[in-house]
Amino acid sequence: MATIQISNVSKTFRDLKRKTDVIALDDITLSVEKNEFLCLLGPSGCGKSTLQNMIAGFEKPSSGHVTVDGRAISSPGADRGMVFQHANLMPWLPVWENVAFHLLLRGSQKLMRREAAQRYIDMVGLTGFENHFPSELSGGMNQRVGIARALLMNPQVILMDEPFGALDEQNRMDMQNELVGIWQKHAGTIVFVTHSVDEALTLGTHVAVMTARPGRIRELIPIDLPRPRDVTSPRFNDVKRHILSLLRPPRVEAGLVSME
Amino acid sequence: MKSLRLKEVERWIVPVLILVGWEIFSRSGTLPAALLPAPTTVLWSWADWVFAIDGNTQTYSGSWIFDTAASITRVMAGFGIATAFGVSLGVAIGWSRRVETIIEPTLQVLRPIPPVSWIPLAIIWFGIANKPAIFLVFLGSFFPILLNTIQGVKSCDRNLIRAGAMVGGDQRQLLRYVVVPAALPSIFAGLRIGIGSAWMLTVTAELVAVKSGLGYVLWDSYYFLRYDLVLAAMASIGLLGFLSDLAIRALMARVLHWQRNTTIQGGEG
Repeated sequence: MATIQISNVSKTFRDLKRKTDVIALDDITLSVEKNEFLCLLGPSGCGKSTLQNMIAGFEKPSSGHVTVDGRAISSPGADRGMVFQHANLMPWLPVWENVAFHLLLRGSQKLMRREAAQRYIDMVGLTGFENHFPSELSGGMNQRVGIARALLMNPQVILMDEPFGALDEQNRMDMQNELVGIWQKHAGTIVFVTHSVDEALTLGTHVAVMTARPGRIRELIPIDLPRPRDVTSPRFNDVKRHILSLLRPPRVEAGLVSME
Repeated sequence: MKSLRLKEVERWIVPVLILVGWEIFSRSGTLPAALLPAPTTVLWSWADWVFAIDGNTQTYSGSWIFDTAASITRVMAGFGIATAFGVSLGVAIGWSRRVETIIEPTLQVLRPIPPVSWIPLAIIWFGIANKPAIFLVFLGSFFPILLNTIQGVKSCDRNLIRAGAMVGGDQRQLLRYVVVPAALPSIFAGLRIGIGSAWMLTVTAELVAVKSGLGYVLWDSYYFLRYDLVLAAMASIGLLGFLSDLAIRALMARVLHWQRNTTIQGGEG
């Protein structure tokens, strides 16, 4: 049974200024099996974040439905952990309290929260920074705290919305490697939104290539490249070439030809 | 880098110059001594008012602590009620569109009325005692606290609320664990403005509606031409206002310690 089932989901936004409807997502059907690592890849405005927000429960589809483990999604919940583009940590809480924020809301004792937090702090490599405040850490470290916070809930599904978008290249590569390691150890389903072809191919077991206006899934590609993945290998580049051809809108090529 | 001691000295230069200049000017005889008492005279009267040294302040000799206590009680009561109402109503208005539509228009009509203009009604309603003064203090500090709380709640980062919802928080928990902590810096800014208004209105109320407290001593001494005591009362009010602001700042530093490395400090010359 699929963990996440997206069936005939469409989303239209009403443009109040122009009195028109904008179709953000058009009849999306997609299923993600347990322990899959799905990357939603597409240009900005293709609705990949909207689709993910529907799985998270922040947005509702205009038609169709989304289920996780057979249950329809109506609101955000701790069964789906989310890592945001910016870490979105509570700036008034030290690292360990942020990691254990879920337990604070559940009313757990301080000692229990501290202990649970430590495990995930160690997992994301922030040992020694337990009592630092988010403002004292770098962007990459904050992002690790955000990942630890999502992992601590032990969710069925982890949703990640361009979590490494704001990091520099070196940091991003480190984080990608660690994320793959955590995913292999932790065994969970991940839906990862990105606009980077390399990132999608480095991480995913599947890549769903999306196109914009209206947002549609162009192709769902299973990636069976061996890990750790080599971004310079010929097979990697074959898949990359294929994806780039999917993403490249034909009319741009026509424009280039006419310029010559 | 300048030594700490030199910086300590720098702080005192201007106040000392003012006091010395004032002392010299008063003693020079340009003005009758009674109209502008010298700092030392003020200090002497103040000392008698506080410690009953030689009885030069007559009925007020040694009564400073009671006068001060009377004023502090009014400030605390009015400010306390204003904080309770201002913060809770502010959170409700900032959080719920519905509460905002129901209550905001009324508040917007009441807000521009200067608290002082309520004095006649306050006296008619509450008589001459603590109550009208507390009512005025409440009015004066309520609006700054309320408005700052509303602003703090409304400017709470939506993404933090999302993060809170993501880890399983319901509305009540999001309010308690995300929105209110996020609004605290703003709430404290409101409290600091509020405590200033509280002292202003306590003294105003004591000038007209109450027969005790520092403001009353100030006004009473004016009638008896004791300008030294007027100045001592002014200094007392200033000192207490400063100390109460200091207390709030100390509390703020404790509660908002996480802000320490995020606030911007200007370069030191």
